[in-house]
Amino acid sequence: MALERLSTEDALLYESLLEGDHSALARVITKIENRTPGYRQLLSALYDQTGNAAVVGITGSPGAGKSTLVDKLTRQYRHNDQTVGIIAVDPSSPYSGGSVLGDRIRMSSSAGDMDVFVRSMSARGRLGGLSMATADAVKALDAFGKDRIIVETVGAGQNEVDIVETAETVVVVVQPGSGDDVQLLKAGILEIGDIFVVNKADMDETAGTVADLEAMIHMDETSSVGAIGGHHGPERTTQNTEPEADDSHAPGDGWTPPVIQTVGTTGVGVDTLRGALEAHRRHLSESDEGMRRRRRRAQTEIQRLLRNDLGTLAETVLEQRGGLESLVASVEHRETDPYAVVERLVEPVETAVNETLETDE
Amino acid sequence: MSADQTQRATRCLVAKVGLDGHDRGAHVIARAFRDAGFEVIYSGLHRAPDEIVQATVQEDVDVLGISILSGAHNTLIPNVIEGLKSYNAFEDTLILVGGIVPEEDTAELKALGVAEVFGPGTAIEETVEFVREHAGPE
Repeated sequence: MALERLSTEDALLYESLLEGDHSALARVITKIENRTPGYRQLLSALYDQTGNAAVVGITGSPGAGKSTLVDKLTRQYRHNDQTVGIIAVDPSSPYSGGSVLGDRIRMSSSAGDMDVFVRSMSARGRLGGLSMATADAVKALDAFGKDRIIVETVGAGQNEVDIVETAETVVVVVQPGSGDDVQLLKAGILEIGDIFVVNKADMDETAGTVADLEAMIHMDETSSVGAIGGHHGPERTTQNTEPEADDSHAPGDGWTPPVIQTVGTTGVGVDTLRGALEAHRRHLSESDEGMRRRRRRAQTEIQRLLRNDLGTLAETVLEQRGGLESLVASVEHRETDPYAVVERLVEPVETAVNETLETDE
Repeated sequence: MSADQTQRATRCLVAKVGLDGHDRGAHVIARAFRDAGFEVIYSGLHRAPDEIVQATVQEDVDVLGISILSGAHNTLIPNVIEGLKSYNAFEDTLILVGGIVPEEDTAELKALGVAEVFGPGTAIEETVEFVREHAGPE
């Protein structure tokens, strides 16, 4: 339906991507990252072809061994003749905007194999926008026909949580002895993990970290299940208007996150992780949790796009009214106040909206 | 309507190819490019031409900088260029070579499609400037 809206160049890219042309896929992702005009129409056209890949998000503190684990997991998928797409997200320098993206180095077992598509992404100074770009790049890989898609990111803040939440299954990786890390997990990442991995499990302190995690998972379960009971699912979807703040695995959905021990460098435990990923995927399709997540993702996406576009519209008005600088100066010199400024800015938008709504009726 | 602001960044792959373990130069270049605001993907050591081609295609980089100090450039670089051509990724990639390359080979590499060869003693700024000039946001 969106096909006729594509430019000739984009229509060609669209065709080539669906035919399995790797450089076309790479160029589509570049357009997504750059927000090149027309990328929305391209995604809109590709959307029909998405929804088949299994999408996994992997997060954890720096140095926990995420990339190595992703590499080993990829090798197993390739053994079973499955194609893999990987998006590795790294932070960028807030000063120069530049970045060195090094995750690729650790993904050596897939080197030279075109059926493993690895793409490195950086934040490029955009807050929030990165999760949109990541979700869109996942769609491109999905439409291309990748069986498995893995999104890897350094985890700590809300931004990372948003990114991994574009996945169906979220894996949180920690390393032994990271007692403080595990404490940190309480503050938000614990809720989003469907599977926990204690990597480098050949180190001392592994047992302690595993026990800590398990204790926390069970505490989380008993406290929330007791309080809310069986009505949890439907209540949450109708009442929660802020999906980004929603926790991914609602307690009481019948899934207890397993804690898996792995040694990324040797590959020990990676098949257990693969099994757990399979089990969670099955769980999603057999319970209504999968549908609930799809619905939530759609909701988040619509709201994000809406907010983004309205924000850009506001920027246009702002520019037209002399730009932020001059308005800031006028507030600074106490010639006016912030409330009046915003009222004046929103007025043209409001009038236009009201007029459109009236003619619609 | 798509109301987005375009956010372009120059993407570079800094690659070490073949059996050459000297990566200080590649590290220095990677850092300088980062500080210049580019997005740098570093390949790691001992990459085969195939792997460089794979990374260049998938990452859709604007610049491919190959560091070679082993003297094997006359074999390895043509392989990389052939690979890029087969994936239709040669035309839109600026190919740079850094390292120790005799003058008579430089001309040959340039004839193959290498944009510039940077030898020992090249100022970092010169390299950054070259990238800005030839691979900046279009």
